[in-house]
Amino acid sequence: MSWVSANLDTIAEQLLAHIAQALPAIVLAFVLALPIAKLANARGWLRGGLTGTAGLLYAIPSLPLFIVLPLMLGTSIRSPVNIVVALTIYGLALMVPSASEALRAVSRETLQAATAQGYAPWARFWRVELPLAGPALVAGLRVVVVSTVSLVTVGGVLGVPSLGMLFIDGFQRNITAEILTGIVLTAALALLLDALVVLGGRLALPWASGRAPRRRTAPRDTGQEAAR
Amino acid sequence: MIQLLEAFAWLADPTRWSGPDSIPVRLLEHLWYTLLGVGIAALIAVPVGLVVGHTHRGRGLTVALSGAARALPTLGLVTLFGLWFGIGLTAPVLAFVILAIPSLLAGAYSACEAVDARTVDAARAQGMTEWQILTRVEIPLGLPLLISGIRLASVQVVATVMLASYIGNGGLGRYIFLGLNLSDYPQMLAGSILVVALALVIDLALRLVERVAAPRGAARG
Repeated sequence: MSWVSANLDTIAEQLLAHIAQALPAIVLAFVLALPIAKLANARGWLRGGLTGTAGLLYAIPSLPLFIVLPLMLGTSIRSPVNIVVALTIYGLALMVPSASEALRAVSRETLQAATAQGYAPWARFWRVELPLAGPALVAGLRVVVVSTVSLVTVGGVLGVPSLGMLFIDGFQRNITAEILTGIVLTAALALLLDALVVLGGRLALPWASGRAPRRRTAPRDTGQEAAR
Repeated sequence: MIQLLEAFAWLADPTRWSGPDSIPVRLLEHLWYTLLGVGIAALIAVPVGLVVGHTHRGRGLTVALSGAARALPTLGLVTLFGLWFGIGLTAPVLAFVILAIPSLLAGAYSACEAVDARTVDAARAQGMTEWQILTRVEIPLGLPLLISGIRLASVQVVATVMLASYIGNGGLGRYIFLGLNLSDYPQMLAGSILVVALALVIDLALRLVERVAAPRGAARG
C-alpha cells in the first residue's frame, strides 16, 4: 500500500479524469433518453425498431466503438470525447427501452384524469407522467451509472486518462497495488454514484421511498432486465 | 474515410487468411476462449441459479452478488490476473468465468421464476417430484430466458477476450493491440470490424435459438 501513499496525485488526477468522462455520458444518456422514449411510445413501429437496435448496440464491445468513433468525429484516438460519445450511446441503449417501459406503465386513466383537471400537455408530462414514471426511471438510471463507470476504464488501453490507466501502468510495471487501487476505486465510484441516484430519487419522489413499487404492467421481460 | 478503405484492403489481403497469425486462426482462438469461459461459468452458475429459482431461497443474495460483480471493471480483472498467474490460459479464463457468472445466474433463476406459480402447483398436484417439476416444467418453460442469459454472457465474454489480447493472449484483439503499438490505424479498424462482426453474429444466432427454444403453446417468456 506504500504505492498508494506515494502516488496520491496520480490517483486523484486519474479519478477526476474518470469522473469527467463518466458523468457527462450518464447525464446525456438520461436526458436524451426521455424525449426519444416519449417519441417511440407515440409511434409503435419506432418503438419496436428502437428496442431492437438498442439490444444489438449493447452487443457491440466498447473498444471497437472507441476506435471507430474518431473516424466520424474527426477526434484523435486518445481524445476523451470518443469515450463520452461512445458511453452516451451505450447509456441510451440501456436507458431508452427502460424509459419507454417506465412511461408506458403510467396508466392511461390517470393521464386522462389529469387532462380533465385542466393540465396542458406539457404540464401534464412534467407534473403527472414524469413523477409517476420516476421510480422505474431511477431503476434504469442505476444500471446506466454502474455500467458507464466500469466501461470508462477500457479507454485506458488507448491511453485515454482514467482509472483504467492504473490497470495499464500497473500491469506494465508489475505493481499489483496499482491495479487493485484502480479496481477498488472504480467499483467504489460506481457504488457511490449509484447511492447518489437512489438518494436523489428519494428526495425527488418522497412518496415512492421505502419500497419502490413494482412495475404495474405485466413484467413480460423481467428476465432480460434482470440479466442485464 | 480513406482509412476505412485501407482497413477493408487489410481484411481483403489474401496473406491474412492463411498461416499461423491469420484471421481464421485468431477467430477460432477467440471462439474457443469464449466457449471455454461461458462453458465453465455455466457449469457453476446455471445449477445454482436453477436451485435459487426453484426454491425461491437466496434470491436477494444472488441479486446483490450479480450487481456487485457488474461494478467490477473487466480490464482491471484481466490485468490483475495477468500479473498474478502470468502468461497462459489461467488468467484470462478466470476473468471470463467471473464476468460471465452474473448474466448466467440471472438467466437461470429468472427462467424458473418466470414460470406461473399455478403451473408449478398444478404439476405438484399431479404428483410430480421436485426434480420432475424442475426438469419437465420449469426448465422447458423458462428455456428462452435461460438462453437469453447465455447470450448476454457470451457477448460480454467476446468483449473480454478482446481485452485479454492486451496481456498477451490470442484472439482477434491481437490485431487491435498490434495496430495500436505500430500506430497502424487501419489495422486497428480491421480488428475492430472483426470483433464487432463476431459479437453480432453470436448475439443474433443465440436470439434465434431463444425463439426456437420457446415451447409451443406457451406464451413467450
